[in-house]
Amino acid sequence: MKRSVDPLSMILAALADPTRRAIVEKLSTGEATVNTLAEPLQMSLPGVSKHLKVLQKAGLVVQGRDAQRRPCRLNARRVREVAVWAERFRKNWEESFERLDEYLAEITKKEISK
Amino acid sequence: MTKTEAREVTLTLPSACELAMTRAFSAPALVLFEVWTKPEHVRKWYGVRSTTVTVCEIELRVGGAWRWVVTTPNGMEIAFSGEFLEIDPPHRLQRTERFEAVPGADSVVTLTFDEKDGQTMLTTHMLFPNRQQRDLCLKSGMEPGVKECYDNIDSILAAL
Repeated sequence: MKRSVDPLSMILAALADPTRRAIVEKLSTGEATVNTLAEPLQMSLPGVSKHLKVLQKAGLVVQGRDAQRRPCRLNARRVREVAVWAERFRKNWEESFERLDEYLAEITKKEISK
Repeated sequence: MTKTEAREVTLTLPSACELAMTRAFSAPALVLFEVWTKPEHVRKWYGVRSTTVTVCEIELRVGGAWRWVVTTPNGMEIAFSGEFLEIDPPHRLQRTERFEAVPGADSVVTLTFDEKDGQTMLTTHMLFPNRQQRDLCLKSGMEPGVKECYDNIDSILAAL
């Protein structure tokens, strides 16, 4: 499938935000309306809608056509496609950098106690 | 940002051939530069917790070679090597990087150390010959991670 915009970039950009990750996590338990999503996030409906738009654009979330409820759900295939290994790569570095933090604290302490 | 707050690694893909990560550290740039360029330091932090740095060679001069190998608990070796292109302490460090398991996937990695108020923002920028190689690099991060199964996305997928 050819696309002009790198789809992986869009997915990563969409998932870079903690609120959007919270939305994705919530949707992983099943479909939800914008109202249901907004409540635990303590956000306004327009605020949540803005985040949902980014997720939709990245193809991570689809919104139903039911005019009353318009439930949102995860586009599972899309998530599976790329987000897994990119997120894992990030997490691996996060873990290594946490070790680096600890090591920096250790050597700085030594420096001070000298 | 407080010093005790968990610090996130921000991953972006500026273009189809690039990958960039940023992360803040509570240390001066010079210290951070040192822990990236001296083997006795690198051995203490490089890689996820379940792995061990078993080889760490650094010939810190332009054109000098480096080679880091991490070993997983089941004995699998993950080797990276390359050479230094630019050494400008404590601001910039540029080197080629080869993931030895994927020949031909050499990238140019540029580390930038931006110090401000005692904090240093580290940017790791990776430039690949093409998109396939970049994506392979992202995928290569999978292996050690498989053993670390506390990933957010895992739980998301499990629930689908």
